[in-house]
Amino acid sequence: MATGHFKDGIAGNRLAPETYADNFSDLHPPLDHHEALVEADRCYFCYDAPCMTACPTSIDIPMFIRQIATGNPLGSAKTIFDQNILGGMCARVCPTETLCEEACVREAAEGKPVQIGRLQRYSTDVAMEEEKQFYKRAASTGKRVAVIGAGPAGLAAAHRLARYGHDVTVFEAKPKSGGLNEYGIAAYKSTDDFAQAEVDYVTAIGGIDIRNDMALGRDIQLSDLVQSYDAVFLGMGLGGINALKADGEDAKGVENAVEFISVLRQTGDLAKLPIGRRVVVIGGGMTAIDAGVQSKLLGAEDVTICYRRGKEDMNASGFEQDLAAANGVTIRHWLQPKRVISHNGKVTAIELEYTAMKDGKLSGTGELLTLPADQVFKAIGQTFVSSALNGSGASIELENGRIKVDAEGHTSMAKVWAGGDCIRGGEDLTVTSVAQGRDAAESIHRAFTSNGRA
Amino acid sequence: MADIRNNFIGIKSPNPFWLASAPPTDKAYNVERAFKAGWGGVVWKTLGEEGPPVVNVNGPRYGAIWGADRRLLGLNNIELITDRDLQTNLREMKQVKMNWPDRALIASIMVPCVEESWKAILPLVEETRADGIELNFGCPHGMSERGMGAAVGQVPEYIEMVVRWCKQYTRMPVITKLTPNVTDVRKPARAAKAGGTDAVSLINTVNSITSVNLDTFSPEPSIDGKGSHGGYCGPAVKPMALHMVAEIARDGETRGLPISGIGGVTTWRDAAEFMALGAGNVQVCTAAMTYGFKIVQEMIAGLENWMDEKGHRSLDDIVGRATPNVTDWQYLNLNYIAKAHIDQEACIKCGRCHIACEDTSHQAITSLVDGVRHFEVMEDECVGCNLCVNVCPVEGCITMVPLEADVLDQRTGKTVSPNYANWTTHPNNPMAKVAAE
Ligand SMILES: Cc1cc2nc3c(=O)[nH]c(=O)nc-3n(C[C@H](O)[C@H](O)[C@H](O)COP(=O)(O)OP(=O)(O)OC[C@H]3O[C@@H](n4cnc5c(N)ncnc54)[C@H](O)[C@@H]3O)c2cc1C
Ligand SMILES: Cc1cc2nc3c(=O)[nH]c(=O)nc-3n(C[C@H](O)[C@H](O)[C@H](O)COP(=O)(O)O)c2cc1C
Ligand code: SF4
Ligand code: SF4
Ligand code: SF4
Repeated sequence: MATGHFKDGIAGNRLAPETYADNFSDLHPPLDHHEALVEADRCYFCYDAPCMTACPTSIDIPMFIRQIATGNPLGSAKTIFDQNILGGMCARVCPTETLCEEACVREAAEGKPVQIGRLQRYSTDVAMEEEKQFYKRAASTGKRVAVIGAGPAGLAAAHRLARYGHDVTVFEAKPKSGGLNEYGIAAYKSTDDFAQAEVDYVTAIGGIDIRNDMALGRDIQLSDLVQSYDAVFLGMGLGGINALKADGEDAKGVENAVEFISVLRQTGDLAKLPIGRRVVVIGGGMTAIDAGVQSKLLGAEDVTICYRRGKEDMNASGFEQDLAAANGVTIRHWLQPKRVISHNGKVTAIELEYTAMKDGKLSGTGELLTLPADQVFKAIGQTFVSSALNGSGASIELENGRIKVDAEGHTSMAKVWAGGDCIRGGEDLTVTSVAQGRDAAESIHRAFTSNGRA
Repeated sequence: MADIRNNFIGIKSPNPFWLASAPPTDKAYNVERAFKAGWGGVVWKTLGEEGPPVVNVNGPRYGAIWGADRRLLGLNNIELITDRDLQTNLREMKQVKMNWPDRALIASIMVPCVEESWKAILPLVEETRADGIELNFGCPHGMSERGMGAAVGQVPEYIEMVVRWCKQYTRMPVITKLTPNVTDVRKPARAAKAGGTDAVSLINTVNSITSVNLDTFSPEPSIDGKGSHGGYCGPAVKPMALHMVAEIARDGETRGLPISGIGGVTTWRDAAEFMALGAGNVQVCTAAMTYGFKIVQEMIAGLENWMDEKGHRSLDDIVGRATPNVTDWQYLNLNYIAKAHIDQEACIKCGRCHIACEDTSHQAITSLVDGVRHFEVMEDECVGCNLCVNVCPVEGCITMVPLEADVLDQRTGKTVSPNYANWTTHPNNPMAKVAAE
């Protein structure tokens, strides 16, 4: 009996125990061999393929698909990894509907693009299951690079540097590596502990030493790293979140969505994870959708996402909005949080104000709406926490709150590069971070070799 | 309603769709099912001499080529003629013919190339009341190693000789089935005609190895690690079969000789094409072996619907209609000038036309115009070869548009002549017949 559904407040065991595994299984199940061949056959092997241009890591998509079609999945995986060593995770988490698949000519032709993401997963799965390593470390150059953060940006940089024979030390604040792949991505996108399997696959090349529980600004300082290493790459992501700016925000039950997902991702038995009966999520991006959908999958009876602008302004793609709808999550627009209503220090409802565009500016209309809520998730954007960089003497220049870099990923400080969410530029996506990490590594390598000595 | 009843050399059937001599026609059980499904006739699986029947391999007999989603495009087989006792076959044929008097039942025969053998079997077949016989001179594997099948079909003199014996020893109409494994199919057709055949049927299967297993290095199908060439059939052979039918239909010596068209017939459309090129009816094997007997219903309905739509009342209205349009290259109109045209609304910008023309042909299609991805034909470079049309994934997106007379051809800088002119009188032809002066 799923009476757990209707338990008031925040509680676990809302669903029948066997339901959880089902709810959190693969969002896009892998293609089997025949399905992959049929799908691969749909690709036209376009000239100067638009999908490839749309991929932030510029994977040669027509080539890797053709390799699947010709029965060469390992060759296909190499084509992918040549450009994107986290091709396995990207195959699972990329919002393909706004990237490669949106650009696919079959999207224009018939509204049904080649399923590039799932094909990419097919080949990378084959290679990773076979533990096939395509790259050998070059002979050690003796150059040492410190990488901060073992997220997508840091891992991509580390792998590329290791290929060139540089010795990489990765300092990661958390006990596990992978960054948001491990702590942020929705559970149904990265099943079966894939993030850790991928970290192992990437580091298997050798020459990458990950030191977990080592935080920049706490255990190590940038000024020291710059002294003792030949180069530093910062890939520390976004550590903070925006405030709700609503009264009563500190009531019990008002939580940070990213934190909630991070706990969820580390929970073994999801039945034990408490979730509110009525959940309200504030925000309009990928994080809001993920928090809303996963709340629902944990058994929340009623989940509403409130976004302060219109549908077309949402950062979440159409596909993600539909995913939320399909899971029974309500998305409401033109509502901003005003006041958290609580009883005995626990949230019981949230008061929202309707909004409208007036003279090109968003403002409240004065009309109010109160939604009952046992739990409120804040998903209104993350921020870069620059404090870890401080105390390093000369400070690194920021731009709009994030690290400023040039076209190569070089920061304002000598010997220091940066990439991923912590820099300005590009979308905050796994694949973008991989591209930036990889390109910064190339730039570092060029810097090492430009004086004629590697 | 179009009348699709078929009269092929006096053999009547309710429609022009016959099953070719092959496994689908090997016994009464199959043929009964075929007739129930609607097939107009069958050519019974090839009979051999009285005595112990042939044996087939006990491993795989078929190899194949597939297209997208494993659609079977070509089938290859190393099966022999019927491996059932002659008397059993004859008894069943007689019974089936009795049960289905309105359907055509033809006996396919292959016996050694000696007069006595043919003389011995023909009366036995006649006794079944079969409507006619088909001489299997086509089987390219196994039987040909024993001096039968294609081994006969590749020697015009033998064909003529055997056909003559048959015409001598039976009153049944004789259809001579030809092998495509020759350089010029007109030669065996002429020989069959010289021997007095009532019709030819073609093609039998094409010598082939479908694939090689790259682990064992055995050809497929592999029998204990070895393979032997087989006979290729199915959709993949249709273009070759159409060509051969047309060659016989338009040859001065064989023109008018009835033809039963075989090779890759899979849909009503294929059948209509064979008939347009001169076949009086068609025979089908692989399509039935792939999808079962029911496909004949699509063939019947499709042919009728098309004929109704076009106002063709009977098969006579379509048989041979395309034959006069098959000509030699030298008679093609060199003043016919066409240019590719891309419908920009339909174009999905895949770029295949560009890269095909750019890398391998005439550099006549743009990829960027003013920095924007855009594919357009440059008429001053286009030779009208049709490659882009064939590689474009969108049907009807690129069309070949003929230039009107007196218009300037931007590629040559000359105006298009309104007159027909071919190679025989072209100035570049050293053998040109001087135009009447
Ligand atoms: C809830 C959520 C869902 C998302 N879903 C998707 C999705 O489906 N698809 C997609 O493409 N993108 C998604 N994203 C975005 C994507 O996860 C990020 O863009 C990407 O992970 C950024 O990679 P990164 O390496 O720059 O940073 P991160 O992944 O954040 O990794 C940074 C790493 O640095 C470590 N670190 C931080 N500070 C320090 C320090 N001082 N010292 C040492 N280590 C430190 C962190 O612990 C972390 O491991 C999602 C983001 C969130 C929050
Ligand atoms: C398995 C198999 C066995 C065949 N056996 C015979 C045969 O015994 N006698 C014969 O004349 N043709 C035989 N053929 C050839 C077919 O009758 C036919 O000519 C050929 O397959 C081409 O037609 P299709 O493309 O419709 O299959 C055989 C074909 C196949 C596939
Ligand atoms: S755009 Fe689509 S069809 Fe063209 S190469 Fe890319 S995946 Fe293939
Ligand atoms: S018809 Fe031939 S030459 Fe002309 S554009 Fe097409 S491919 Fe090029
Ligand atoms: S092949 Fe066809 S669809 Fe593709 S770019 Fe050319 S005209 Fe357009």
